[in-house]
Order: sequence, then C-alpha cells, then structure tokens
Amino acid sequence: MISKRIIPCLDVQNGMVVKGINFVELRHAGSAVELAERYYNEGADELVFLDITASIEKRKTLVELVKQVAKVIRIPFTVGGGISELKDIEALLGAGADKVSLNTSIVKNPSLISEAAKRFGSQAVVAAIDVKNVGSQKKVFVKGGKEETELDGLAWCKKVNELGAGEILLTSMDHDGTKNGYDLPFLKQVVENITIPLIASGGAGTKEHFLDVFNVGVDAALAASLFHYEELTIKELKQYLQSNGIRVRL
Amino acid sequence: MIALIDYGAGNMASVANVLDELNYEYIITNHESDISKAAKIIFPGVGEASSAIKNLHLTNLFTMLRVTKKPMLGICLGMQLLCDKSKEGNTTCLGIFPATTEKFDETKIKVPNMGWNQIKYVRQSKLFSEIPDEEYFYFANSYYVPVNENTTSICNYGIDFCSSMEKNNFYGVQFHPEKSGKMGIQLIKNFVEKC
Repeated sequence: MISKRIIPCLDVQNGMVVKGINFVELRHAGSAVELAERYYNEGADELVFLDITASIEKRKTLVELVKQVAKVIRIPFTVGGGISELKDIEALLGAGADKVSLNTSIVKNPSLISEAAKRFGSQAVVAAIDVKNVGSQKKVFVKGGKEETELDGLAWCKKVNELGAGEILLTSMDHDGTKNGYDLPFLKQVVENITIPLIASGGAGTKEHFLDVFNVGVDAALAASLFHYEELTIKELKQYLQSNGIRVRL
Repeated sequence: MIALIDYGAGNMASVANVLDELNYEYIITNHESDISKAAKIIFPGVGEASSAIKNLHLTNLFTMLRVTKKPMLGICLGMQLLCDKSKEGNTTCLGIFPATTEKFDETKIKVPNMGWNQIKYVRQSKLFSEIPDEEYFYFANSYYVPVNENTTSICNYGIDFCSSMEKNNFYGVQFHPEKSGKMGIQLIKNFVEKC
C-alpha cells in the first residue's frame, strides 16, 4: 500500500528560506540548500520550494537553486513561484525538479495545465490553489494571496483535475501560519470530489493535526515553520502517525 | 562508461547526479555511435509513451535498443517502453517483454499513483542486492505493466502490478531509483556493478 507523505515546504527568497504568518511578516530560516539536505536526511518524503517573491516581481525562476538542490537530495521535489510558460517548466524539470507547481498562471490561462500535462506528463504538474473565506464562500486568491479572484475553491479544484493536473496543493490562507490545524471540513469536501492526489497545506501545529488531516483522506501533508524551527522532527512525527495506524515510510 | 539515453523524455539531471555521486563515467546521448561504445545503458523516462517512441524512431535508436546485448536499465516510462505495447497513445513499443502497459482505473483509485510504496520480491535479482524486501521506493505513474512471467517484484496500488522485471540483459523498474533515497542509489550501484 502507498504511504502518506510528509512534505516540508520551503518558501524561498534569494536562496534563503523565509516563512510568513498569514502570508505576510517574513522571518528568515536559513539556506534553502542546507535545509533541503537536512530534511532529506531526516526522512522527508518530498520537498516543495516556492519562490514567494516571484509572482509579485515577475522574476524568472529558480533554475540555479534547483540544480544545487538536485545535487544534494535523492527525493522528489516540486518548485513553484511565477511559472507561466512551458519553456520555464522545461528548464526547471531539466535542472532536476520532478514537478512544478502552478498557481496564478493557471487562473489566467487554464489551458497551461493541459499543455504542460501533455508535454511533461500529469505527474509533473501540481495545481497550487490558495483559498480564503470571503463571507460564507471559499474564494481562490492569486499572486501570493494578494489578489482575490471570482473562482470558487471547490469548483476550481474540480476544474484543474479535469484539465489534467497530477496533484492539487491546497493551502488555506485562514489557517496558514496559525498552527491551529488544517482546514479539515474543506479538505474532506475536496478529497470527495477529485480523482487525483491532494496535498493539504496551512495550519499544522502539532502531531495530532497531521493525524486528523490524514484521517479525512488527504494523500500528503505540508508544513513549514513547524519543521524549520525544529518544533517537531519528521521522524518523531512519522513514529507517532505509524503508532496511530497511518502508513508512513520510516 | 554508461550511456544515459536522452530521447527528449527523461529526467536526465537526476540520474546523472546519482552517477556523479557514485563516481561512474557516463555520457548523456542520443547517438548510436556513443551507445555502441558504452558498457551499459540507462534508459530513463517520464512523459508520454507514443511521443517517446516517436522520438526513438527519429533518433534512429528504436532498432538498436531492441537488439542490444548490453545490460540496459529502463526506468519508469523507460521500463514501459520495453514492453510489446502501451495503451498510452496506443503505441507499439520495443517488444522485449511480452506485456501491454495499462492505465490505472480512475474510478477505483487516485491517478497518478504518486508517492512511496513498498515492493515485494517474487524472484531473486542482482538488481536488489543488499536491499531488504518490502523496502519503499518512489513511484509517479498513471500507467502500469501487469504482473508477468519476467516480473521480479510486485507492488500494490488498488491492484498488484509489476514494479520490476528482467529478461536476459534487460532490466526495468517502474519506480524512480534516482528519487528513492539511499535504497535507490544502492539499486543503481547494483545495476552498474553487478548486472
């Protein structure tokens, strides 16, 4: 049987890892390459790198960082942040990334998902979706959470699935950085409505939060500050999950 | 020297990084002349089967790879292309293994199969020297090869499928050893040193 994945997320700015609370107030957490190597050795199943400044400044991506990271880790990793063209995706995958995460660009141009999936395989295409409560609705936000769109969260998840994304990375902006737990009701609703794997993001603060989120049926759970500041080690987390009946790679 | 075949569908950098780490000499190539000088062939692959086969024809490698006597390791799509046929794009493949690549049933299980899964040995293989049974490897595939007479290990994702197979000088693994941590490195080492 396939195991549940634990994915540290590294928000990167100029090669350094930073982490915000509710998408703002950045704190520094060290070099991206060094942290990646540490997580690889500690038993992370996969890593995600998001160039958080990219979609705001339109800065072209992370090819150099990807090359350096690919030299030191032997687990899959995803890169995202400001990726809007097939040639960017080709360069990142060619440098050693396994997947790209697409966010703002696919809201503007949904056919990018199907074009990328056709060319590189759906397993290389992660649709990253940031949602936030607006009134009673879950709305999709883009540009690093700065711009509200007309899209409904659940409807957009179903749409990216239909267009050929290989996975969804779903971040709850209301939960992100709070350490109060993942957005379980919404994640459960999404799991029940898509046919591709789902990565939960936003709100992890304790081991129990991971157990809760795997019990609603997500395939992978992402966290950042919890791991960066060594409040919880990956090994300790995985041992806890295994003793509670969740299949993990130890 | 190892020939790492670049036919426009592989994650060359990741396999090359492992070969660098192990200090093996290799060449990334799609030229028959380079491959004929190499001792072994690694045939990686991600992407779509019918366009991959088209590229093998365009680079004149299709026949050469079918008849080579050199040890050859197909990874992921590379393994699937060693079969008779693929239902992905309904394409005729290299025809080494008598099997047809099928798609996982999306109505029963999430597709792609993405993540770490355990493999179970059904036959002894030099490829798995010093790797314990039921070890985890990283998979990322929507299509699979059914269990067949050449299968050396099986994996379960909704159904049992072939996670590795071998026949004469041909070896295939459905998972990505280059992305499967220390055990994956060991597997590549085994291929180079023992197969």
